Amino acid sequence: MSKQYETVIGLEVHVELATKTKIFCGCSTAFGGAPNTHTCPVCTGMPGSLPVLNKQVVEYALAVGLATNCSINQYCKFDRKNYFYPDNPQNYQISQLYLPICHDGWVEIETAGGKKKIGIHEIHMEEDAGKLVHDEWEDCSLVDYNRSGVPLIEIVSEPDMRSADEVIAYLEKLRLIIQYLGASDCKLQEGSMRADVNLSVREVGAPAFGTRTEMKNLNSFKAIARAIEGERARQIELLEDGKNVIQETRRWDDNKEASHAMRSKEDAQDYRYFPDPDLVPVMISDEWIARVKASQPELRTEKLERYQKEFGLPQYDAEILTGSKHLADIFEQTTAVCGKPKEVSNWLMTDAMRLLKEQEQEPEDMHFSPEHLAKLVELVDKNVINRTVARTVFEEIFRHDVEPEAYVEEKGLKVVKDEGALKTKIEEIIAANPQSVADFKAGKEKAMGFLVGQTMRAMKGKADPAVVNTLVRELLSR
Amino acid sequence: MANIISDETMEYVGILAKLELSPEEKEAAKKDMGRMLDYIDKLNELDTSGAEPMSHVFPVTNVFREDVVTNGDDREQILKNAPEQKDGAFKVPKTVE
Amino acid sequence: MSILNLTAVELGKKIKAGEVTVVEATKAALAQIQALEPTLNSYVTVDAEGAMKRAEEVQKRIDDGTLTGPLAGVPVAIKDNMCTEGMLTTCSSRILYNFKPTYTAEAVLNLEKAGAVILGKTNMDEFAMGSTTETSAFGETRNPWNPEHVPGGSSGGSCAAVAANECFYALGSDTGGSIRQPSSFCGVTGIKPTYGTVSRYGLIAYGSSLDQIGPIAKDVTDCAAILEVIASYDKKDSTSVKREDLDFTSALVDDVKGMRIGIPRDYFGEGLDPEVKKAVLQAAEVLREKGAIVEEFDLSLVEYAIPAYYVIASAEASSNLSRFDGVKYGYRTKEYEGLHNMYKKSRSEGFGAEVKRRIMLGSFVLSSGYYDAYYLKALRTKALIKKAFDQAFEKYDVILGPAAPSTAPKLGASLSDPLQMYLGDIYTISVNLAGLPGMTVPCGKDSKGLPIGLQLIGDCFQEKKIIRAGYAYECSRSYETPELAVKAAEQEGR
Repeated sequence: MSKQYETVIGLEVHVELATKTKIFCGCSTAFGGAPNTHTCPVCTGMPGSLPVLNKQVVEYALAVGLATNCSINQYCKFDRKNYFYPDNPQNYQISQLYLPICHDGWVEIETAGGKKKIGIHEIHMEEDAGKLVHDEWEDCSLVDYNRSGVPLIEIVSEPDMRSADEVIAYLEKLRLIIQYLGASDCKLQEGSMRADVNLSVREVGAPAFGTRTEMKNLNSFKAIARAIEGERARQIELLEDGKNVIQETRRWDDNKEASHAMRSKEDAQDYRYFPDPDLVPVMISDEWIARVKASQPELRTEKLERYQKEFGLPQYDAEILTGSKHLADIFEQTTAVCGKPKEVSNWLMTDAMRLLKEQEQEPEDMHFSPEHLAKLVELVDKNVINRTVARTVFEEIFRHDVEPEAYVEEKGLKVVKDEGALKTKIEEIIAANPQSVADFKAGKEKAMGFLVGQTMRAMKGKADPAVVNTLVRELLSR
Repeated sequence: MANIISDETMEYVGILAKLELSPEEKEAAKKDMGRMLDYIDKLNELDTSGAEPMSHVFPVTNVFREDVVTNGDDREQILKNAPEQKDGAFKVPKTVE
Repeated sequence: MSILNLTAVELGKKIKAGEVTVVEATKAALAQIQALEPTLNSYVTVDAEGAMKRAEEVQKRIDDGTLTGPLAGVPVAIKDNMCTEGMLTTCSSRILYNFKPTYTAEAVLNLEKAGAVILGKTNMDEFAMGSTTETSAFGETRNPWNPEHVPGGSSGGSCAAVAANECFYALGSDTGGSIRQPSSFCGVTGIKPTYGTVSRYGLIAYGSSLDQIGPIAKDVTDCAAILEVIASYDKKDSTSVKREDLDFTSALVDDVKGMRIGIPRDYFGEGLDPEVKKAVLQAAEVLREKGAIVEEFDLSLVEYAIPAYYVIASAEASSNLSRFDGVKYGYRTKEYEGLHNMYKKSRSEGFGAEVKRRIMLGSFVLSSGYYDAYYLKALRTKALIKKAFDQAFEKYDVILGPAAPSTAPKLGASLSDPLQMYLGDIYTISVNLAGLPGMTVPCGKDSKGLPIGLQLIGDCFQEKKIIRAGYAYECSRSYETPELAVKAAEQEGR
């Protein structure tokens, strides 16, 4: 390959908002539930039903727009996007084309290549579609409208990204902002955050963009990175062969690490947008904007600074802890109970992270109560259990949210403080290991370590290692 | 007739509107649409440059619902009119190849 | 005199006074329906059993004093594009041939709360698209004044049923004249209220920005009383307007002294039947004699209303009617290959020619490259039309004109030329574009014995002015029932 190519990437990110109800009706947005149990005439497109806008959707969209430096369209409207598909009960989606709520914003990302601003073209509000399940047995599809009408914002970036690294950094940044605002939990796997990648390539230095494709069905950061690499390679190969890239929508298959065009004669991609006559415009006053700005919760940058100042945490720790809103929440709630930020941070930074990694989970998947972790910190601090035991108790808290005090009691894990019993055990061990005793007396300090280890094992870890150390030395020196 | 509707246009509109016309219907539809568009072209006589497009007659804005769950499980009702259903869902021809 | 000749309010009074029972009134209407339906076909669905059961319940609630309104116990017919829970609601379309809604339209709920007894659902042009009630998938409705003629449309079933005493009043809907034009053809009174006055929740949409539900009855008094009941602010309809002035019956005053009435010259030009013209101008003369100040003026832009309307209404309809796809309710074709074929066959077999015509036109004007030239152009024209009315209402309280250029045409005469049929809506359509209230009041008959209607148009939220003008005019004449309806009642011995 003689020519040098540059990849140009823009993202369309859909985020499901954390409202209790759908965007245009009073149905619950709760996940799960048997098919069509969270539905009504409005979100199933029954004849004669009419939409009424959920105010909280506007609040969240505004909050995200303001946090991403957008200008606000203080007069915005909803439009109908017309296309036939069974997951879309009215066969039009209510969205915003002509006057989206937010436009012309930016976020700053940081990669190995340094800091960079990524432009946000617009943010608009719209409704989600239902779910299609394919029934192989009967060779048909089944439609579930529980997700139909769940509120979404679509964040459309400018084509400002040039690599998968930048894309991931941008998504991480958006995710953090939105999570901190409480506007969504942004889980890629569960689909509450979804990214479509618009990608084109051009020769380095070329003035115009190449023809772009849109890649759908990307449900992890890894899939996004692979899809970007795959599509870049595919487009370059086409160009090298003297062929053209066709502007089209493609579907990524992460198992095959390949994509295919979603073309169909029946899919004209002519959405005939027009203002929805069933909905009235939204007027966003200066006061409303000021109120949303004023009620903006502490965002990540502020939190990062505060953790270092208020809790004296190292920058690295503060970065990890604030890297997930949920993790930061657990940290703060636990610290509020036990008052030991450093200890709490240690548990989360080491043990929690290790367990998450082992289980391939995200911090958002942690569901234990901060009170239990606080209690664990207290038990260690008061020397009720030793650190080794504490680690196994933490695992139990992490996995099953056990109440540590009761658990320790039930399993008999408390530190044995009875020096008499401990002494008896040490004497037994000394008697059983004459060689080690001889070695120690000959000046080999290592032998003492062995005896301490044997004692701890015999005590099933429940002894205080410091006490055991002192006692072993004392008894050996007799 | 100023507006001549081609077969391609009819085909395209059929895809958009999900309608399939018989050859006779198609011929009639071409003629009808051409005549209607000729008639609609009358609007071009009118200078509308000073007028904003008016979607709503009244300047009503900000009609909202509070974010409160008001609907329960209404599945039985919702599925009552379904031409075909299975396992509590609407049954449709397979949507993927 | 047969109780069938009573107006809704008169019947309500007699029921309250114990002179007539709800069951008697319901039975009388059902018998009239049975006698006349083979000729008229005003109804798609008659719910005799349900109506009788409901009549007994309502009577009890009148007797125990829980129902006291003027319409308590009065039997009503509902246009078949309003959802009625558990009762077939078809929009006179094959695509909804088996559809039983799971909820009831807000306007109908309001009637039920006031003690209405629903007799059934009336025939209409399919999805309210048409001006003759001939586009119904369940056969055309015939005009009670002469069954060789159409009743008008699209609320032709409701208007024919009221004229023929097959009910005591009815609900219709009006997107481009669908209450006022058939009211004119059938010799009854109908009001299209200001947009947003009656909730559209449960009204199966045709052109959402134009649709309004309204009353159809024997006289202005009934219409005012019915409108008072069905008008309400509804949180479920975002375009519903909060109004404080819903006491329409307070405007039933025989006094138009000083009222300024404008007659648009543009409404009396070419294309207007001379007999209609004469009758309408005579009606204006009656109002002048009663003290109104009547003068002619130029409204302007009249010829642009129809093209603007057909762009806007068809565009909205193409989107509104896309939900009829054979997935969730209604008709699904029997044999198909794959999803898109199922869509196309179900819709092509389910919709009639006129509906398909408008869906295609609407899809076309919204399609890529045409949106600005057609749709936005039409919305700008709409703004200018609204402005022309605003200017007129600075000078006049009420605008007076014909409801239609002619009396009811013969069956089959209109369908052959759709464009010609569209032109018949010339006096009614701009009222919908501007969101105004409009009313038709009978003002005579032509030499063929077919009714002529007078249209009164008011400024937004000024229903009371047109009600007052209509009432004052009506006081000068008496209501006529078509002979066919009188005979049917006599033969039945009612």
